[in-house]
Amino acid sequence: MTTVENEKPRYKYIGSDRKRVEDPRLLVGRGGYIADLKFPGLLHAAILRSPVPHATIRSIDATEALKLPGVVAVVTGEDCKAHMNPCMNFGPSSIPQFPLAVDKVRYVGEAVAAVIAESRYIAEDAVELLEVEFEDLPAVTNPVAAMEPGAALLHDGHGSNIGYERTFEFGDVAGAISGADLVVEDTLHWGRSAGMPMETSGAVARPGLNGVLEIYCNSLNFSYFSFLIAGALKLPSNRLTMNPVPAGGSFGSKFTAHKVPTLAGFLALRTGRPVSYVEDRLDHLMNSDHHASDRYYDAKMGFTSEGIITGLDVDVVDDYGAYMQFGVGTHGNAFSQIVGPYGFRNVKYHLRAVLTNKCQQGAYRGFGSEVHNWVLERLIDKAAVELGLKPEEIRRRNFITNDQFPYKIPGGNVYDSGNYPAVLDKALGMIDLEHWRSEQKRLREEEGRYIGIGLATTQERSVFSATEFWALNDNPDFPLTSSPESATVTIDPAGQFQLLLHCQSMWGNSPETVGTTVLAEEFGIEPETVNVRYADTARALPGTGPGGSRYTVMLAGAVRGASRKLQRKLIDIAAHSLEVAAEDLELVDARVQVKGAPEKSLSLPELASTAYFFALNMPPGMESGLEESYTYDHPYTTLPSADRSDLGVFYPIMGHACHIAVMEVDPDTGTTKFLDYVAVHDAGTMVNPKSLGGHVTGGAAQGLGSTLYEELAYDDEGQFKSSTFMDYLVPTANEVPPFRIGHVETPSPFTEYGIKGGGEGGRMVTPSVVSAAIDDALREYGMRVRELPVKPATIVATVQAAIAESSK
Amino acid sequence: MTTTENSPEARYAGDTRTVTLRVNGQEVTREVPTRTTLADFLRDDLDLVSVHLGCEHGVCGCCTVLLDGGSVRSCLMLAVQAQGHEIETVESLSADQNNLHPIQEAFAEEQGLQCGFCTPAMVLRTKEILADGQERTDDEVRHEISGILCRCTGYQNIINAVQNAGRKLRCGGAGGCGSAHDEAKGA
Repeated sequence: MTTVENEKPRYKYIGSDRKRVEDPRLLVGRGGYIADLKFPGLLHAAILRSPVPHATIRSIDATEALKLPGVVAVVTGEDCKAHMNPCMNFGPSSIPQFPLAVDKVRYVGEAVAAVIAESRYIAEDAVELLEVEFEDLPAVTNPVAAMEPGAALLHDGHGSNIGYERTFEFGDVAGAISGADLVVEDTLHWGRSAGMPMETSGAVARPGLNGVLEIYCNSLNFSYFSFLIAGALKLPSNRLTMNPVPAGGSFGSKFTAHKVPTLAGFLALRTGRPVSYVEDRLDHLMNSDHHASDRYYDAKMGFTSEGIITGLDVDVVDDYGAYMQFGVGTHGNAFSQIVGPYGFRNVKYHLRAVLTNKCQQGAYRGFGSEVHNWVLERLIDKAAVELGLKPEEIRRRNFITNDQFPYKIPGGNVYDSGNYPAVLDKALGMIDLEHWRSEQKRLREEEGRYIGIGLATTQERSVFSATEFWALNDNPDFPLTSSPESATVTIDPAGQFQLLLHCQSMWGNSPETVGTTVLAEEFGIEPETVNVRYADTARALPGTGPGGSRYTVMLAGAVRGASRKLQRKLIDIAAHSLEVAAEDLELVDARVQVKGAPEKSLSLPELASTAYFFALNMPPGMESGLEESYTYDHPYTTLPSADRSDLGVFYPIMGHACHIAVMEVDPDTGTTKFLDYVAVHDAGTMVNPKSLGGHVTGGAAQGLGSTLYEELAYDDEGQFKSSTFMDYLVPTANEVPPFRIGHVETPSPFTEYGIKGGGEGGRMVTPSVVSAAIDDALREYGMRVRELPVKPATIVATVQAAIAESSK
Repeated sequence: MTTTENSPEARYAGDTRTVTLRVNGQEVTREVPTRTTLADFLRDDLDLVSVHLGCEHGVCGCCTVLLDGGSVRSCLMLAVQAQGHEIETVESLSADQNNLHPIQEAFAEEQGLQCGFCTPAMVLRTKEILADGQERTDDEVRHEISGILCRCTGYQNIINAVQNAGRKLRCGGAGGCGSAHDEAKGA
């Protein structure tokens, strides 16, 4: 495989920069977000949140709150305990969670009580009138101390603060490390951040007809799990309809975000009236549905003297917070690309997921694989310095080669295709590193400035299989294997297209642009003419929704599948009308025509008219109408082995990226500045390069935030310290550099059109490349980024310590 | 109105006042509780749901509107403080998705948006900063939009959209005049 540029088929619509069909409505301010929904008689909820990290709830006195005119009800954990089941939960059943704390609170910000009132203003007033008596318990904030005997328990029923512990070993790691010429070791901490979309989570619930509860919410993938919310609310699954509402950003924060719609649903059931609950920013920062990974690593890696990796030994303690709603899925993600793009075969991974008095964890762009990638790249950079190899050289020596695909990695996942040298070469071709390396020297010597160069790669696994949710457990309760996506294509009687998607999937990605682009490709129509809708759960076919960079691949498969069924029907109708054999017909530019005689043809409106209104002109026995649905199942997945020595194929559509950053670091202030930044990504066949570039840029900006600015911090007593946007620093335009984007296209052999996912890669590599650049700038001071976010004070302290040491 | 010792805010919850202002070119008079924010007034009383609430403490800028032509965070103002002023929301550019204003069109062309939540604020801020008709560097634009957080785009396509919009406006309409260096035909 040399160059892929010329091998891929040419498409008319797929692969070109096109305007997004979602944008016109967003540009006039009609995004249809959750807070925009208004229903007659709508009530509003506000939440009292725990001010203490760990305490027994002695009493809640709502007397004064209920006296306030306009207050309708106060609902507490006692009501939850009496009238609902615990929330859906993929973690141990011994760690149940309710949408309002039952009996005790386990972190600052946990919901304690909801006030429902005629306006949000009144509800907020009434929250202040609630009187809650807490009896403090010892706060458990350090995950290592949490594992000690005698530490206060978060969940008595679980019996331990260790939510999950297991060691996985693939190959012979002890041998690989002991036989290595060089072993590098490090202690690393990846701090807590979160997707932090500009729109918070919210839901509106109202009693509907026939005893149906209707929930509108901006969670993303509820077609997949609405029956679980029904179970929590003690409703038959067909008496809950969840309605799709577009989200104003997610990045993981609205992925399977179940507590907000569950709570709104419960409040509507308790009051028998429509209730809206939309988080404010304080709610979202301290509680949201989840924060993201918070991991402490002891990691070592062996190398030959030539720089070839022999093995990786990882010991990770993950500070999970108070609940384990999604189990250890974020570590399953790490296993999907545990060796990165490198060919080593020996890996050991000891995982302890620890319960502490902090907010629970969940998804954030990368879903835990970005953390593992940072560890991998940190160790490789350390070895490169010790071996005197350039960062690009040590990586190139370890790359899986083009003739090895499809490639089965240690642990069992398969990489479908790749061309890692091409991505590296493209990145190196976009920036003159030799120039910057000489500038680095010159600026240091002549101007006393500190320039650093960072280079890093990442794998970008895409299209998860459901086996990922449970593969790390020996005895999963529900070892599901389906993660399908569906589409329904309708041509109406006038020949116009409707596309129905079967999951709420709009959060800023481009599901409608992708769907209509595929339809355009298949039928020769203009994408902008298609109307796109989203099904509610009463109508929805199987759908898993966006997440794990799966939606573009899965949606393209579903829309193409439905299109082919519809094309067959159109051709059969045309064959009957034109009295020619179906195999002599083709669909070109929205007409069915005779091959070689395009003047003999029928337009889509003509065929649609026949299908809807002229049954006697249809082939005998054919159903009237033009609507076809298709459910596209995961293109390539296998079961894990019973002993989990092989986790199976669960994330095989594998993208790749290489970023190079040139940064200047001020050793006196610890501030950083980008001088150049290139990012090259391979996401297989591109659907819309400009949109993909937008995701790379947005993801990289978030990676930058996780690396330098964003921190969901708790103090040693468990008090939350990041409760406003003046504490939690989302990068502004001033902090984000212009990223220069390049693309390589290595199609997947397993997906329609060869598309791979590309939604997360930007965030998955920035932390590595920025860490490397900072180290490189201050190498003479022994700078080594070992904790994220790396703060100016840490940089200054390192420099000052080195200066003090050298002057001794 | 019931008041309690515990909640000083509630003590004033019942106070209302009449406010008259111009919104998107039309005069509006309403009786509003004095504690109602301008953002809530625009969203709830006037159904201008393009005003998006991202943080309600004045940092994210998603609720930005133009007050007498200058951007303000409508979550940090009370509706009664807008008495006698002129307010513009993004609907004042165009509320018709089939007939966008050149600034909105520039955002579509450059994909200067993804989820759309900060977009009305960014579009209004663009109108404000381009009002001088001057060309500016990307770095200047970067600084000028830095008061509004966007979590999706990483800002580059927004900067491109502002520059594109500047060219369109200087060239007198959506068609533009082909290049940034063409002579401006008007503001």
